Amino acid sequence: MANNAMTSHDGAHDAHDDHEHHDTNGLKVFGFWLYLLSDCILFAMLFAVYVVLSQAYAGGPTGAEIFELNFVLVETALLLASSFTYGLAMLGMNRGDSSAVIKWLMITFACGAGFIAMEIYEFYHLIVNGQGPDKSAFLSAFFTLVGTHGLHVTAGLIWMALLIFQVKKKGLTEVHRGRLMMLSLFWHFLDVIWICVFTVVYLTGVML
Amino acid sequence: MLGKLTIEAVPYHEPIIMIVLAAVILGGAALVGFITVKKKWAYLWNEWFTSVDHKKIGMMYIIVALVMLIRGFSDAIMMRSQQMLASSGGQGYLPPDHYDQIFTAHGVIMIFFVAMPLVIGLINVVVPLQIGARDVAFPFLNSLSFWLFVVGALLVNISLGLGEFAKTGWLAYPPLSGANYSPGVGVDYWIWSLQISGVGTLLTGVNFIATILKMRAPGMSLMKMPVFTWTALCANVLIVAAFPILTATIAMLTLDRYLDFHFFTNDLGGNMMMYVNLIWAWGHPEVYILVLPVFGVFSEVIATFSKKKLFGYTSLVWATLVITVLSFIVWLHHYFTMGAGADVNAFFGIATMIISIPTGVKIFNWLFTMYRGRVEMTSPVLWTLGFIVTFTIGGMTGVLLAVPGANYVLHNSLFLIAHFHNVIIGGVVFGAMAGITYWFPKATGFMLCEKWGKRSFWFWITGFYLAFMPLYILGFMGMTRRLQHVDNPLWVPYLVVAFIGAVLILIGIACTVIQIAVSIKNRKQLQDTTGDIWGGRTLEWSTTSPAPFYNFAHEPQVSELDEFWEMKERGIEQEAKKPYAPIHMPRNAAAGVIISAFSLVFGFALIWHIWWMAVVGLVGMIATFIVRSFNYDIDYYVSVEEVERVEREGRERRALPSARTPNDTVVQG
Repeated sequence: MANNAMTSHDGAHDAHDDHEHHDTNGLKVFGFWLYLLSDCILFAMLFAVYVVLSQAYAGGPTGAEIFELNFVLVETALLLASSFTYGLAMLGMNRGDSSAVIKWLMITFACGAGFIAMEIYEFYHLIVNGQGPDKSAFLSAFFTLVGTHGLHVTAGLIWMALLIFQVKKKGLTEVHRGRLMMLSLFWHFLDVIWICVFTVVYLTGVML
Repeated sequence: MLGKLTIEAVPYHEPIIMIVLAAVILGGAALVGFITVKKKWAYLWNEWFTSVDHKKIGMMYIIVALVMLIRGFSDAIMMRSQQMLASSGGQGYLPPDHYDQIFTAHGVIMIFFVAMPLVIGLINVVVPLQIGARDVAFPFLNSLSFWLFVVGALLVNISLGLGEFAKTGWLAYPPLSGANYSPGVGVDYWIWSLQISGVGTLLTGVNFIATILKMRAPGMSLMKMPVFTWTALCANVLIVAAFPILTATIAMLTLDRYLDFHFFTNDLGGNMMMYVNLIWAWGHPEVYILVLPVFGVFSEVIATFSKKKLFGYTSLVWATLVITVLSFIVWLHHYFTMGAGADVNAFFGIATMIISIPTGVKIFNWLFTMYRGRVEMTSPVLWTLGFIVTFTIGGMTGVLLAVPGANYVLHNSLFLIAHFHNVIIGGVVFGAMAGITYWFPKATGFMLCEKWGKRSFWFWITGFYLAFMPLYILGFMGMTRRLQHVDNPLWVPYLVVAFIGAVLILIGIACTVIQIAVSIKNRKQLQDTTGDIWGGRTLEWSTTSPAPFYNFAHEPQVSELDEFWEMKERGIEQEAKKPYAPIHMPRNAAAGVIISAFSLVFGFALIWHIWWMAVVGLVGMIATFIVRSFNYDIDYYVSVEEVERVEREGRERRALPSARTPNDTVVQG
């Protein structure tokens, strides 16, 4: 396929992905791993800051007073389920079944959106109760760490919606496969971060 | 409607600023007019602004850096003259409010908008050529990185005419940089210019690690990589590992200032020393991001002009790797006085001293490379020799500062100022000058005038010693940094000498400007038709000067360290016989410019609290990304006929006279 494009550049224009190097996706995924590494360090900083400030209540509420573990458990379940369904979407991609990819991505999207909705509810609830991030260093660090994760998930959702649309329109082209692989890495990465958030923030928080 | 932005934001009551502003506006208008009259906008847009060619992006980085050097140096000479005038009772000519902005802007500009782009610009121009690649791993991201950096530089310059810049020192320590003590827009300019250009730097880091690890020519194993590429790799690893810390730290300061968070505030549990820890956890690796690549430059220069293999290549690579790791465990030496206790201070003091060992190894590598070589005294070599002497002195005062006890006395004094200028000017600036002179012919096709280059060197180095040696003495005499005025006649003679030094450096910079102008004027006589004007050792010299946009018609095959040198020993000619194949290249992209333009709108709006405009900027950035993702036609193949044409022109060029051939020892011009 690549040879066609090499002989005629004009012909390559409508054959969308033909003129990609066969190793382009490999390079992109490698670059994406490097980006994830840097993101990991960003979260490491926020975790470190959270740990330093985790008892700086300044007369405000403690973690044990504001965290509702059952609520967070549902959030966690949604996110973990979405990682699983994303895996099913990737299996569909490997079979070349674009309708399966779209179906599972939509389910993943729904889980992710549910997670974000619950997080927004949690934040809203805290803020209207006067337990917003301006009340203490502990709450500042909590809102920032959890909120940064939430922003990442939101960005992932926008990306996922875009990919659903693009796969629907043009199918599982080489370019789209590369993007699906990268979003997959991103999505699982956010899951891992959330496990750490659940452990360090919520589980540890109710014990302090 | 316009948030905090009113006509009062223009500092019309400050004559100095208004005169500068008028000059900038007139100069800018003249430039725009000139380009318009010459009908060059389309050319600039198509050939440069939207270019994804790493060589052009690298040159643009260096051009912006040199312009910003003039801005940063203006701040420097204002500080030197102010301190000279206001140290025995006088008030000088800069009010405290203005002086504080000047020393902040000087530090920020020199590190982020001069040193960083000089180093990243050189990496851009040279690394793909050295590893035999046709471009970087992600050419579009490279363009985006550059334009995000430009936005940062623009924001700093906008602060000159609209509002103010931070008055906090270049790292904006809270609580001074918090909303209570810095209610103006100065710190916000600082925040958004660094945040936006910092994202660009991070993307550069990702890009070059991928480029160096994945795109080397066949046969180039890691231990056959040129030294500059090695140091660039380590610097980019440091970027990816350290810049997220800066991003996170500035983001937290932003939340404190904008949304009343309490990370670093005095009250409600905030901890301002955590900011100092975090910012230096980035800041110390940052100095190695700057200095490692120039170590690479000096290594290339000294090996080429000594006509010898670099002495101890393996030890130099390992020394670089050791420094890369150690640079992350010394950050606390920037504030021993925090009071972390004797054990903590001892750990960081010793770790700091240990870094001087691999650095010392490198000094010996360079000295032994020259030993028994036929060293040609070209201007890159002069910069290198100047560096070896100057950097060694700076290193020794650094080891002195690493002793916590001594540091308690010297911290925040002019001794510290002298130390870090000693290593940054002696290291990064001299290295960038050596690198620019050395690779200029490869990027442009003609060499820089040696006469003016040498003049620049002698003014710089003399000026440097006159400007900073007195500061060591003043540090011992107890003068602290950042003083707008002070009454101590004993210090005045030293400050006068320091000012004279700054004037000499100004002449040195002027020599460089003249050098570039003269070289452009005489480019016919100075042209490099050989592609290998210095008798180089590495692959970038195996292609024509300037390198064709695809760098290499045939992908080089590497079997040795210093592959090109070995190739010349074997005889190059057989290489040209092979038939050409179509070359896969990326298309130019406007999206990098557009996204960055929206980021400028976004940053400016947030600085002035113009919320609707910030939304426009953010939505614009995301929308441009999305639109770009629907563009599947981002690359193309260069036809065999085109490659043949360019290569034929290259061969015809070789028949023309050259300013110098690789075996020359006399330099013309």
